[in-house]
Amino acid sequence: MANAILFDSTKCVGCRSCESACAEKWGNPYNEKIAAEEKLSSHKLTAVVTKGDKYIRRMCMHCMEPACASACPVGALVKTAAGPVVYDADKCMGCRYCMTACAFAAPTYEWEARLPKVRKCNMCAERLAAGKPTACSEACPNEATVTGERDALIAIAKARMAEAPQSYAQAIYGLNEVGGTSVMMIGPVPMAELGMPGKLPTEALPAFTWRALEMIPSIVTTGGVLLSGISWITHRRTEVARAERNERKGARQ
Amino acid sequence: MTVVTMPRKRFSLWNVVFYSILVTGLWVTFQRFYAGIGAVTNLSDAFPWGIWIGFDVMCGVGLAAGGFTLVAAVHIFNIEKYKPILRPAVLTAFLGYLLVIIGLMYDLGRPDRIWHPLIMWNPKSVMFEVGWCVTLYTTVLFLEFSPMVCERLRWRTPLRWFRIISIPLMILGVLLSTLHQSSLGSLFLLVPHKLDALWYTPYLPLFFFVSAIGVGLAMTIFESWHSSKAFNHRLDGSLLESLGSVLAVVQSTYLAMRLMDLTHRHAWGLLAQPRPENAFFLLEMALIAAPVVLLYQSRVRNNARALYWSAVLVIMGFMTNRLNVGVTGIETASGVTYIPKWTEVAVTLFIVAIGVGLFRLAVTYLPVFGSHEAVATETEKVYSQGKVESRAA
Repeated sequence: MANAILFDSTKCVGCRSCESACAEKWGNPYNEKIAAEEKLSSHKLTAVVTKGDKYIRRMCMHCMEPACASACPVGALVKTAAGPVVYDADKCMGCRYCMTACAFAAPTYEWEARLPKVRKCNMCAERLAAGKPTACSEACPNEATVTGERDALIAIAKARMAEAPQSYAQAIYGLNEVGGTSVMMIGPVPMAELGMPGKLPTEALPAFTWRALEMIPSIVTTGGVLLSGISWITHRRTEVARAERNERKGARQ
Repeated sequence: MTVVTMPRKRFSLWNVVFYSILVTGLWVTFQRFYAGIGAVTNLSDAFPWGIWIGFDVMCGVGLAAGGFTLVAAVHIFNIEKYKPILRPAVLTAFLGYLLVIIGLMYDLGRPDRIWHPLIMWNPKSVMFEVGWCVTLYTTVLFLEFSPMVCERLRWRTPLRWFRIISIPLMILGVLLSTLHQSSLGSLFLLVPHKLDALWYTPYLPLFFFVSAIGVGLAMTIFESWHSSKAFNHRLDGSLLESLGSVLAVVQSTYLAMRLMDLTHRHAWGLLAQPRPENAFFLLEMALIAAPVVLLYQSRVRNNARALYWSAVLVIMGFMTNRLNVGVTGIETASGVTYIPKWTEVAVTLFIVAIGVGLFRLAVTYLPVFGSHEAVATETEKVYSQGKVESRAA
C-alpha cells in the first residue's frame, strides 16, 4: 500500500498544530518566532503559509518519481514503496543537486552547520511503518490534513469537490504535476494562487535527464571505435610515408 | 625555446595583488571550514548553487577543454604541427581539473565524502556521471602530464610505460571529456521548471560540448600569448593562425546551432517582453557572435594581438553562457535575488591565483614548451654544463 497525504485548504484554519507536531517529532525547536517564519527551513520541515484569509501547507510533496532521488549521486534520497521519499544523511556529500532539482523547494540545508545535512519531511516513514498516521495528520483538529492510501485519498478529494462544488477549485494539485505526487492538495482556489508552482510539466522530471544519460553507452562505444579507427589510420599513413621514403632512399643508393 | 627563466621583478603591482588574494583567500578558507557555508556565502534554500558552481566548476572544466581538443588533434588525428602547444594545453587541463576539485571542496557541504559516488552508486543521476568523469579524467590528465615530470627527473622506465599506454589513454581521455563537458549541461535538463526558456533546451549537453571545444581552442591561443609575453619566447604565427581558423568554424557552428534552437523553440518572443534575463542573454550572444565575425577575417587571424582579443571574446562569451545557465537563468524561478558575497568572490580569486601560480611554476621547472626530444636533450645539455661549471668552480 502506497501512503499519501491529502491537504484541504478549505478546512485549514491556520492553527499550526501540524507545525508543532512536526517539530516535536523531529526534536526541532518550536516557538512563536519560528511559527511566524512561514517558510520551510532546516528547522521547520512543514510550514503553514497565510495567503489573505486562506492557508496552505508547504512540505515535501513526495513525488511519485522524485527529481531529488534521480539527482542524488550517492542514492541518499530514495522513494520507498510505502510512499515516503526518505533521506540517508550518512551517504549525503552535500552537493545540493537535490535542492536545485526539486520543483517545490522542499529540501533545505543546514547552512550554518560545520557538518551540514539536508533536511526535509519524510512523511513520518517510521510512523507509517508502525501503522500510524503522520504526526501532522494526527495533530490536525479539522481533517485538513489526512493520511491514507493514494487512490482512496483521490476518491475523498473528488467526493469533497463534488459535494460542495462552489467551495472548491475543480483540480487536485499533485494528481499529475511532475508525474504525480504523494502529497495532494485541494482548496477554494487553484493552488498556484496560494503559492504553489503553477506551470509544472506533467511528465516526471527524471525523464528529462534520462533521455541524455541513456545515450552514454552508445557515445562511449561508437566514440571509442571511431577514435581508435581514426588514430590507427592517421598513424598508419605516417608509417607508410616513412617506409616509402626509406625505400626511395634505398633505391637511390 | 627551452630554458625558461622566471622574471625577477620582486615588487611589481601584480605580485602585491597576487599575495593579497592569497592572504584573503586563506582567511576566508578558515571561515568556510570553521563556521560553515552559510557564513561565507549568500546561498540559501531557494538558491543552493552560486558562483562556486557557476564559475569555479562550470567555467573551470570548460577552460580546461584545450587539453582534450589538442590531444585529439595531435595524438588521434595525428596533426603534428600542433605538437608544440600540446603540453601547455595538457598542463592547463590538469591544473584546471585540480582547481575544480579544490573548488568542490569549498562548495560540497561534506567535502570529506567527495569519494562517496565511487562506492555509492546511482547511475540515474547526472551528478553521479559528473563525479565519475571528474575522478577518471583527472587521473588520465595526471598520466598525460606525468611524462613532463619524468623527463625533468630523467626517469626513463616510467616514460617507456607512458609511451605504451599513450594511445588508449588519449582515447579514453577524449571520451571522458566529451561525457563530462556535455554532462554539465545535462545537469540542467532536470530543471525545465526553473531554467529560463532562453537557455533551457534538450540540446544543452550538445551545446555545452561544442562550446567547450571552442573555448579550449581559445584558451590555447590565450595561453600562448601570455606565456610568450611572460617568458619572452616567439609566437608561431602560422600555428596560431590555423588554430584561429578552426576556432572560427567551431564558434560559428555553435552560434548557428544556438540560433536554430531558439527559432525552433519559438523563444525569440521572450526578448520582446521586459525581462531581466534578456540583457544577460543579449550580452552572451554578442560575445559569441563578435569573435565569429572577427575570426573569419585572415587580417585578424594573422595579427597576434587581434587574434588574442578574439580568443578573449570567445572565453568571455563562454563564461557568460555558463553563468547564465547556472545562476542568472535560475534567479527568477527561485524567487530570490542572489548576488555573491565578497567572500565567495575571494575564494574564486584565490583558486584562480593558485592556478596561475602553479602554471608559472610548472613552465619554469618542467619541459612544457617545445617538443619532447628537443627539450630532453637540451635539459641534458644544461645539466652537463652545470656539472662542468660546478666542477670548474
